[in-house]
Amino acid sequence: MRFESWAKRLWPLVPVLGAILVTALLLLAFGVSPGEGFGAMLRGAFGDDQKLLSVLAFWVPLTLASAGLVVAFTAGLWNIGVEGQIVMGAIASSWVALRLDAPSYVMIPLELLAGMAAGALWAALAGVLKTRGKVHEIFGGLALNNLAIIFTNYLISGPWQPPEGGTFRGTAPFPEKALLPLLGESRLSPLSVVLTILALICAYFILRGTTWGLRLKALGKNAISAFLLGVRSERELILAMMVCGALAGLGGSVRVLSWFESLRQSISGGIGFLALLVVMLSGLRVTLIPFIAFFFSAVLNGSITLQLRTQLHSALGGILTAVMVLLVLLFGDPNQLNIFRKETEVDSDE
Amino acid sequence: MKVSLIDIRKYFGDVRANDGITLHLDPGRIYGLLGENGAGKSTLMKVLSGYHQQTAGTIELDGQPAAFDSPAEALRRGVGMIYQDPLDVPSMRVLDNYLLGRDSQLALNKQIGETELLANAARLGFNIDIRAYIDTLTLGERQQLEMLRMLAFGAQVFILDEPTTGISSDQKESLFQSLRKLAHEEGKTVILVSHKLSEVQELCDHVMVLRRGKLVGEADIPCPTDTLVRMMFEDIPPQQERISRVQDAVGLSVENVSFEDDRLAVKDIHLDLHAGEVFGLAGLEGSGQRLLLQVCAGFIKAQQGRLVLHGEDVSDYSYHRMREAGVAYLPAGRLEEGLIAGLSVMEHVALSDPQPTFTINWAHYEAETAERIARYQVVGQPQTPVDALSGGNQQRTLFALLRPDVKLILLEHPTRGLDVRSAEWIWQLMFGRVARGAMILFMSADLDELVARSDRIAAFSGGRMSRVVEAEKTTAEELGHLIGGEV
Repeated sequence: MRFESWAKRLWPLVPVLGAILVTALLLLAFGVSPGEGFGAMLRGAFGDDQKLLSVLAFWVPLTLASAGLVVAFTAGLWNIGVEGQIVMGAIASSWVALRLDAPSYVMIPLELLAGMAAGALWAALAGVLKTRGKVHEIFGGLALNNLAIIFTNYLISGPWQPPEGGTFRGTAPFPEKALLPLLGESRLSPLSVVLTILALICAYFILRGTTWGLRLKALGKNAISAFLLGVRSERELILAMMVCGALAGLGGSVRVLSWFESLRQSISGGIGFLALLVVMLSGLRVTLIPFIAFFFSAVLNGSITLQLRTQLHSALGGILTAVMVLLVLLFGDPNQLNIFRKETEVDSDE
Repeated sequence: MKVSLIDIRKYFGDVRANDGITLHLDPGRIYGLLGENGAGKSTLMKVLSGYHQQTAGTIELDGQPAAFDSPAEALRRGVGMIYQDPLDVPSMRVLDNYLLGRDSQLALNKQIGETELLANAARLGFNIDIRAYIDTLTLGERQQLEMLRMLAFGAQVFILDEPTTGISSDQKESLFQSLRKLAHEEGKTVILVSHKLSEVQELCDHVMVLRRGKLVGEADIPCPTDTLVRMMFEDIPPQQERISRVQDAVGLSVENVSFEDDRLAVKDIHLDLHAGEVFGLAGLEGSGQRLLLQVCAGFIKAQQGRLVLHGEDVSDYSYHRMREAGVAYLPAGRLEEGLIAGLSVMEHVALSDPQPTFTINWAHYEAETAERIARYQVVGQPQTPVDALSGGNQQRTLFALLRPDVKLILLEHPTRGLDVRSAEWIWQLMFGRVARGAMILFMSADLDELVARSDRIAAFSGGRMSRVVEAEKTTAEELGHLIGGEV
């Protein structure tokens, strides 16, 4: 096989190696040997079962939000509001958990459904603002993110504050029967893993094999032509937002029902923004999303151990992932690079 | 300036767009570069103007070898090209556009720029409002501005790529006058890229014909049109006899309809289309004919009056309901408003299926697409992305997407940018629909096309519709008067 085709095939590894190199240089600059640093990260992520389960517990909401976002991105919607949709999902689930008194098998489905509905509605709001109010979904989404966070703070310090008085940190822990069953001592709920895999399959199936998925693809590439070819753009765009919001909301539910077991101030902690990076990195390929999300979870969890071992701030993991996204966006497409460039366009001569 | 192109080759992958072309051009003359779509005209001119770099071959200006790595570099050496879509900044004023890239000082000297611009405009006989914003100008005016910019840069060679597409006949006249002045009085070299024989005959001193990337002939003008056609096509494409299929039944009634957009109000349009009729709309851009098409398509709501399609009152229908009622709208920009770049032909077929299923049966659509590709003679595969098709094949694809039961086809410039052969084929496709009782309402800037293809024609001028004339009994000249506002 020719060198060029090999180079093209291995090209996706270049940004990954580049990001590791940049991080290694940073480690050196702070006087830590890269071998030791990365070793600490690896042990932090995979050192024992507990750590691996904790990586997976973080992977679940991140992958849920990413599976939703890939649908919105395909339709050309830059749903920055995904963060707020996660928060609203968490709030709705918390509301059911705090206010409803019923057996587990009633509570849990209701909590999850409430989370999905709240996320979908919050996303629909951004969608309607776009289609009817001509507010770009990026700006609408940012505003709605802030509103969701303010709403959380209000609930925590106001109506939902624990009986012993508001700490501004969180509600009282939810009753046992409201929580998702966890695997051993970990924070990982097996049910949430099943739901995440189902979400991935749904996203894949929607985009690959349904008329609706094709319509979203058409809207994302050229909304005017899609409209002229018969796509009802407003309805499809809002629906795409709602599917995204529902999955993000489910991610928020999982956060409160298994990770925190209460509603906290920073319930999402940037998972939505991280999901944006995951989807950008995937190039809208659903099959890549679980792996990229897993890598992100591992790096971020691993860097907590890195901090304990080397006194370096755990933000290093964030730097590693962020640099990688930038490098992928810069160099990810081998066809954009000069070394492979061949003029293949043919003038239509019109 | 003397221009020599010596054995120019330009390959795009395996496609030889220019395959060893040698031309010598003298100052003070107007040259026509003729050829059908894909013959390599634009590519050759883009090489000369620095937009493309040739694969092999030499460019010489006044005997000196020249190599340009950008259009800016070419312009510095005196070669300027005016593209079909002028490269200006739509939201800026005329004067600012003129100064853009011209005045490299920190502070713009508007005073001097204004004087210079007005002087140059007077020199070429252009009348430009220098305070106007570009997006309020017509294509013809933007072209004029671009020429003035080239002139200010000191261009000696002016290349115009299909400059008469989309401009009015007055603007065309004024453009031709200015080109004659530039060449014959000021000694510039002018090159007109065109596939319109009549224009070449009217304006040029000498014509060069390209076919499949090669120079196949040269002639001094005047020269018999038949000779040129034979050089362009090898054989003369027959224009098929137009058989009228007009039936007695009225299919579409536009009853005293009034409508407007933010620029133009159109009042009281009355029009009856018979089943099987082809109705042409003439008029300058922005005279109201496009609005009428958009009203019929359901994009714009009529403020008054009724639209009746085969007995059904469709006045209040949205675009999508109109579509379901059997109305098809094909705008001028094929890849902007019609097809979706990046999706394959097959995906377009699936997307426009009137009875979509929840899951897509790709095997079914692949067979269906292959069948339509064969029927409409599209050069491509079901998996070919539409943006990889040529203009003519994109237009065929749009026709292949029409529903079989379509009743009314609305078209903007159906054959703009297509060569004679592709245009003929497109019209044969449309006549096929007409034979099955469909109506066609189309607008075109090409008066010959209107006369040759329509049953009846009306012209729009400033929002008013002229009397309706029979295409058989009218002439391009009469249409010219109607476009000019005669009712």
